[in-house]
Amino acid sequence: MSLIKLIPSAVAILAASTVIASARDQLQIAGSSTVLPYATIVAEAFGENGDFKTPVVEGGGSGAGRKKLCEGVGESTIDIANSSSHITQSDVDLCKTNGVTDIMEVRIGYDGIVFASDINGPDFVLTPVDVFNAIGAKVAKDGALVDNTAKTWADANAALPAQDILTFIPGTKHGTREVFDTKVLLEGCKTNGAYDLLLAASTGADDAAKKKEAEAACFTTRTDGASVDIDGDYTETLSRIAANKNAIGVFGLSFYENNTDKLKVATVNGIVPSVETISKGEYPVSRPLYFYVKKAHIGVIPGLKEYVSFFVSDDMAGPGGVLADYGLVPDPELAATQAAVEAETVMAPLN
Amino acid sequence: MTASAPLNPRAHHDTRASLLVQDPRTKARNATEKRFRAYGLSAIVLALLALVWLLISIFGNGLPAFKQSFITMPVTLDAALLDKGGKRDPADLAKATTIAYGKLLASALQAEIAAKGIDIGAIKPKDLAKMISEESPATLRNRVLADPALIGTTVQVTVLASGRIDGYYKGRVTMESAALDKNTSPEQLALADKLKTAGVLSMQVNPGFLTMPDASDKRPEAAGLGVAIMGSIYMMLVVLVLALPIGVAASVYLEEFAPKNKITDLIEVNIANLAAVPSIVYGILGLSIFINFAGLPQSAPIVGGLVLTLMTLPRIIIPTRAALKAVPPSIRDAALGVGASRLQTITHHVLPLAMPGILTGTIIGLAQALGETAPLLLIGMVAFVRDFPGAPPEGLFDPASALPVQIYNWTQRGDPGFVERASGAIIVLLVFLIAMNAVAIYFRRKFERRW
Repeated sequence: MSLIKLIPSAVAILAASTVIASARDQLQIAGSSTVLPYATIVAEAFGENGDFKTPVVEGGGSGAGRKKLCEGVGESTIDIANSSSHITQSDVDLCKTNGVTDIMEVRIGYDGIVFASDINGPDFVLTPVDVFNAIGAKVAKDGALVDNTAKTWADANAALPAQDILTFIPGTKHGTREVFDTKVLLEGCKTNGAYDLLLAASTGADDAAKKKEAEAACFTTRTDGASVDIDGDYTETLSRIAANKNAIGVFGLSFYENNTDKLKVATVNGIVPSVETISKGEYPVSRPLYFYVKKAHIGVIPGLKEYVSFFVSDDMAGPGGVLADYGLVPDPELAATQAAVEAETVMAPLN
Repeated sequence: MTASAPLNPRAHHDTRASLLVQDPRTKARNATEKRFRAYGLSAIVLALLALVWLLISIFGNGLPAFKQSFITMPVTLDAALLDKGGKRDPADLAKATTIAYGKLLASALQAEIAAKGIDIGAIKPKDLAKMISEESPATLRNRVLADPALIGTTVQVTVLASGRIDGYYKGRVTMESAALDKNTSPEQLALADKLKTAGVLSMQVNPGFLTMPDASDKRPEAAGLGVAIMGSIYMMLVVLVLALPIGVAASVYLEEFAPKNKITDLIEVNIANLAAVPSIVYGILGLSIFINFAGLPQSAPIVGGLVLTLMTLPRIIIPTRAALKAVPPSIRDAALGVGASRLQTITHHVLPLAMPGILTGTIIGLAQALGETAPLLLIGMVAFVRDFPGAPPEGLFDPASALPVQIYNWTQRGDPGFVERASGAIIVLLVFLIAMNAVAIYFRRKFERRW
């Protein structure tokens, strides 16, 4: 067979196989690995009780999930992107170029971010500034910025145990890192005074640029081994702590709650992290979890709207629901979310 | 020649001093050889130790996955709870959710404990219900929906115990760790011990590990490899059906018909190069060609199979060509000499003689493809899939998982129960690989021919 004949026949085979691929009858979901366990729990219950197939849930990360959502409209694209951070303007723009105009944003609850160490180690009573003093790259000392030389936690705060500083924090590709940066490092940086010094030393063109530069400097952690970025997931952090009993790791609340026999949690600002303290807003380090629904697929892919309503129902995401049992902090405004899902309200443009 | 005076004096080295005196050079040479042997031996010992250590850790962690704690008890399927309409209408029956069945099981366990005269101590009914796996209500519900006549009767059911109770009997959970664990308590474990003595709770072989689908983080005890095994088999089917004929045809052409020129040289070099390309590259290729361009569904075994076919092709072509080369030219000459055409020579003589080598190469190529994870990452197969794919050929387009991907997936789960599942899945994958390699060795031995 000549090449000229071969190419059309190959294309014909591909086309034929596309026709065989009948209409998709199960949902495709991808995105955040933090939302993944919640999504699988809901998907499982949804498939068990309803008339629909169990949705297929993929991980891959928040950013990757949103990009996949924005790939276009049609059966070969996903229906829902799970995300542990808010959608960005660049995602919205990408969506628009590919014809995905109507996106529903659904906030499912909150996730606490906790510091935990080996179960047999000392207790830690942390504040954001302690953490910044321990792992920030440059700290303020007597009104000047100096390289961080703290060796033990007692150097960061005399009230803490004299244990060598070793922290395992999420790598920059994780959505969790963003929250850790803004809610812990930046707060600590401001309390420490380093922020003001950095702002004064900044060479940015205008105030906004200066602020950005100072913040970026606050997010810089030590590179001398006291702070280690973990690009894997929480299971990796856990096994690192098992090997390094001196270390403190950053975990999601639900992961910690499933491993309470191995980990001891640290308080932040004197508050013990739990579903209750986070939902009351007392525990400071938490963030909302979302998923984004491609509205064009409602009515096309069977079960999409039913799944979304099922996810935000009181039985699942509500207080005392299945997800709260696993460590999701219920959203106090869940009723509003339920109403928005019923009305299929589309996300307002970002400002 | 007598027995007392052997020709070779060194044969009696131990009893009689040798007449041969070694000069320093010989001694040094012999010492070098001894050292070299020692290095070689220690390398092998090191490798073996590493292998043994790996196997012990995998089998130690994974074998418990093949056994599971079950609770056996009678359950009264109350018609008032399960069929509110009273007409056994399937639509009505479906309205009773797993939550209702969960309550039914919890009260059945409570009644069974009371019937056996066991003191439950300070355990609250809510914690008692937590001793039963959350998977169990769904299992019971499916049983009732399949056979509505059961409603109103009392049936004997065997349900999974929860992951922590199971972990207790596998040594993963202890009384000390349970005291710190918010998902269980020492009282619960003590009650489990009493139930075990009473024969309600027992450890049994768990076929569900091989037949059930994946389960969410809340029920590690119910997670199984069913969908992953199906997905892997489907993908291997696709690879076999596509890669074997294409690979053999390409090899035959290159070996027997292709003119020797620069273009064929280039193709040959590139086949060798393709065999060394990292597999993730094929994943990227598959994503852009099969999913984005051809519009095939994500997470489907057909796409995984196509990607793995691309990856396996050079790995089949290389051994196939070697097998064809190994057929002596005299066979070809003889066939051509008695008037066979070139095609007849190949199909009647060369291919049958090369077949054992081709089969061995194909099976080893398949075994490699079976263990491959990286290319599947990009085409959406690293996913939570609970529904079994349908029968082929349509089933090839349904979402499925794959064995290596399932292992990767389970190692990332938060619940400690998944460690055992992941190791168990590694054992299953190893068994598949060993079986495939054994078949390859069998073919080689059975049909091997020396010229």
